Amino acid sequence: MVYLTRKCEFSASHYYHNPDFTEEENRRVFGKCANLNGHGHNYTLEVTVKGEIDPQTGFVVDLKDLKEILDREVLDALDHRHLNKEVPEFARQIPTTENIAIAIWQRLESKLKVARLHRVRLYELPDLFVDFYGEA
Amino acid sequence: MKAHLTRRYIFSASHRLHSDILTMEENRAVYGKCNNPHGHGHNYALEVTVSGQVDAATGMVCNLVDLDAAVRNEVLERFDHVNLNLRPEFAAEVPTTENLSEVIFQILRQSFDKAHLEKVRIEETAKNSFEYCGS
Repeated sequence: MVYLTRKCEFSASHYYHNPDFTEEENRRVFGKCANLNGHGHNYTLEVTVKGEIDPQTGFVVDLKDLKEILDREVLDALDHRHLNKEVPEFARQIPTTENIAIAIWQRLESKLKVARLHRVRLYELPDLFVDFYGEA
Repeated sequence: MKAHLTRRYIFSASHRLHSDILTMEENRAVYGKCNNPHGHGHNYALEVTVSGQVDAATGMVCNLVDLDAAVRNEVLERFDHVNLNLRPEFAAEVPTTENLSEVIFQILRQSFDKAHLEKVRIEETAKNSFEYCGS
């Protein structure tokens, strides 16, 4: 088993707001992130896949294919978007780094044909990242 | 859904690697420059990884404000801009980054209960890093 990681970046805006909370609760739980005018980040995404090495190509996965899936399923949907307003998963869910990592996993998992998804690591900032391994 | 969240912090401290149960020659042989009598310092980068179910109401494993407060109050206040050898945690242990990782893990396990502590990782320099997962 070999693990391969592909890195890419996207920039997006969001805010944190739970309609079931009062405004005061939203402010207390989410702090500055609750500002409904939103704010943005440069996200760094690392997608790790795992699999056996194909004896004919020496690849775990063809990077062209992986890049094309990442571009289509993730970057086209998230890059330079307002996550709350433009990405269907976040019409009801709060686009925290945790939930974005899970959404990216769900977008990618069924699209990978050769290798299996191992980890989605999403940096919101250089000092803050979330790992999701597909665990329930 | 269970997710892992990692937060990175910086602190600066000095230390000297010296074991009282070794002779001077042995200390010099084992620790090299790190045994120089007046110590030296590092900018440590600490990564704390916690895990848990993503809360449906908040979308969070835990509130970063709580994690930051625990690390600031319990770890950074203790170890930032100090001589590690003079701290009580290292009265009987050499302040290697292995031991520092274990000490910080134990401190956070005691003081932070909002999510499960998975791992403490410390970069002593850009070339050396250490991880402790509690066993």
